[in-house]
Amino acid sequence: MSTTVDPTPSRPPVTGPAGPPKRRIPGWARGALWAVGAIAVLSTTSYLTGMNTLTSSSTAQTALRLALPILLAALGGLWAERSGVINIGLEGMMILGTWGAAWGAFYGGVWAGLLAAILFGGLGGLLHALATVTFNVNHIVSGVAINLLGLGVTKYLANLVFEPLSGNPRQSPPVPKFDTYSATVLSDWLGELEDAQRVGISDAAGLLRGLITQVSPLAMIALLLVPLSYLVLWRTRFGLRLRSCGENPVAAESLGVNVYLHKYVALAVSGGLAGMGGASLVLLPGGADYLENQTNGRGFIGLAAMIFGNWRPGGLLGGAALFGYSDGLQLAGGGEAVLALCYGAVLLLGVIVVVQLVRRRWLAAALALVGAGVLYYIYWANEELPDDLIPYTPHFVTIIVLAVAAQRLRPPRAIGARYRRGEGD
Amino acid sequence: MRSWRTAVLPPLLAIAFAAVLSSVALLISGADPLEAFGTMGAQLFKGTTAVDTVNLATVYYLAGLAVAIGFQMNLFNIGVEGQYRFAAVVAAIVGGALALPPVLHTLAILVVAVFSGAFYALLPAILKVTRGVSEVITTIMLNSIVFGIVAFLINPDQFGVLQGNNVSTKEIEPSGWIPGIPLGDAGTLFGAVLLAAAVGAAYWFMLNRTRFGFELRASGESPTAAAAGGVSAKKMTMTAMLLSGAVAGLIAMPELLGRDHVYAMTATQGYGFTGIAVALLGRNHPAGIALGALLWAFLDKSAVSLEQIQVPREIATIIQGTIVLSVVVAYEIVKRADLAAEQRRVGRASRNGRPATVAEGGAV
Repeated sequence: MSTTVDPTPSRPPVTGPAGPPKRRIPGWARGALWAVGAIAVLSTTSYLTGMNTLTSSSTAQTALRLALPILLAALGGLWAERSGVINIGLEGMMILGTWGAAWGAFYGGVWAGLLAAILFGGLGGLLHALATVTFNVNHIVSGVAINLLGLGVTKYLANLVFEPLSGNPRQSPPVPKFDTYSATVLSDWLGELEDAQRVGISDAAGLLRGLITQVSPLAMIALLLVPLSYLVLWRTRFGLRLRSCGENPVAAESLGVNVYLHKYVALAVSGGLAGMGGASLVLLPGGADYLENQTNGRGFIGLAAMIFGNWRPGGLLGGAALFGYSDGLQLAGGGEAVLALCYGAVLLLGVIVVVQLVRRRWLAAALALVGAGVLYYIYWANEELPDDLIPYTPHFVTIIVLAVAAQRLRPPRAIGARYRRGEGD
Repeated sequence: MRSWRTAVLPPLLAIAFAAVLSSVALLISGADPLEAFGTMGAQLFKGTTAVDTVNLATVYYLAGLAVAIGFQMNLFNIGVEGQYRFAAVVAAIVGGALALPPVLHTLAILVVAVFSGAFYALLPAILKVTRGVSEVITTIMLNSIVFGIVAFLINPDQFGVLQGNNVSTKEIEPSGWIPGIPLGDAGTLFGAVLLAAAVGAAYWFMLNRTRFGFELRASGESPTAAAAGGVSAKKMTMTAMLLSGAVAGLIAMPELLGRDHVYAMTATQGYGFTGIAVALLGRNHPAGIALGALLWAFLDKSAVSLEQIQVPREIATIIQGTIVLSVVVAYEIVKRADLAAEQRRVGRASRNGRPATVAEGGAV
């Protein structure tokens, strides 16, 4: 895969002894700031355009459901790529997970389904490890092969196992789903706030309420896995070693780290997470049972979310939220809501223009201004967008966001590189 | 220096390994592997299967070439899928609207297809060159978006025509068709087979006999060396991506101009992904890609016969996936074995067969 490193790092040249280190805002605070900013833009937009769907609790609820597979796939990508292995086979591992989830859940209940999904995805991850780590196969090639194999194996297994049960080789029989839990008291109170239709407060209440009503245990586990991944990868000895395999495997080797083993573990975890992502398509209420082609490229979107998040857990959470939200919005509100989102983007670009002007970056400001103009024209000239294109809102958002965000990213240094023990120089 | 071993052995090993693995899968499901493979082989001589295989291989060959151009400079154009579908629908619409004399009409459609394929590759290329956005992600997104674009353009509100229950583009006049080569009972071979062969020859010529091809391969094998030699990496990325997209634009043409004459929502998809596998199988060599395309097409076409003996036809997909993975693994193994053999040979030659001393790096 290509590297997305900025060719000219915009770090100021260091002259003389450096002053006191600049206090940076900690990651969690920056995340909170982003969240507040996003809610502010959304509530302003919903106030100005009169589209309540933008911040309704049903949108937030759908968004959470749709963001889960993407979040889990992105976490899987994080584990793999931090250890230096590009994992474009996430899609195939997710597909394996969907089958495993349906099979396990049909015979042993939801938790067995989840376990089977993790196992199946993990097997895919181990296969990827065998090819890329042991045999030094090009990572993307192996990933593509795993996507092919995942599809082929699940189709074959579905034919073998599900067809006698459901009479349809493309579909599993109905499987049990996770129960959902709501924080009832809080949810009712937020519901009252949402109905009050006050600018700002009602919007925040609506979004929050969607996130705390009818939440499945799987969603809670998935959300907990984000801080857990951070703790393991950034706060333990094992995590440091794993990341050093992705930054400079030869140096890690010289310190006695077993690079092969760490990469194998990372890929097994990666596959397991992707398999869980597949399970979240099958085992959540409102989701379909196993269906052929139901992942529909979510593994790839997860990878994009991880790149958008700069190979960091907090960032990929933001990426998954963005894609989940735009997907949920187009499902809940259709073309009009997406148009309103365009309007929101115009507002956001307006802010960017001002910021760039203050920073005296004239070109960036001019480009943002042009973008805002185009988007506003689209909003102003159309009553609604063509129906055929609406379902692809998350994909458009991905491309636009990557185009705007890509230059400040730093992937792990040795990503995709060949490594064989004892052959470093 | 490439010995015949490094060139021929790995694909054969891979196919053998895939056969073993799928035999295991077949045995698990309670079928006789020999019977299954025998049925698949016999199918080749039944009805029009042989010609159908070659026809499908024509499509796969073009797809493989499109991907291979990107591979030559380590550019992973996974977006061939989107590029060919976009080109197909645009070419079908333009071809249906045009009224030109026979040869000109066909040429015009082909030109439109080439340019629309390149156009759909333009955005990833620009983003890659100016913003450093991974072409893998952008092209994957564009692959999904193309579904929407095709649906939008084929919609009767825009350019589509409703025929029965099927929505498709307007039919292209016979003047735009590429005539087939009739082979009696065996079926009709696509005339575009010749087109694919020509593109393959052009690909070979470009890579091995032109300065551009040299620069392309150089920047693929060693970006730093190429940059030192005055090759602009950005320019090469841009050109390789656009060329890849242009060839991708031709993928749907054999079927569009040789059989269907309309592009419908139900048109077959996935040729772009097959192209990746075929290019890998053929090691980016024009002749290798042709063999890979034929093998792939054969597996696809003869898998139908498996249902007569109650074997799920998905076994063909498993064979295909295994072949891709094992072919790259096999190349690596053979390469390592060759390297080790080479080292032993050099070592023996330079010391007249004596074992190396410790000072020379030998064992203590």
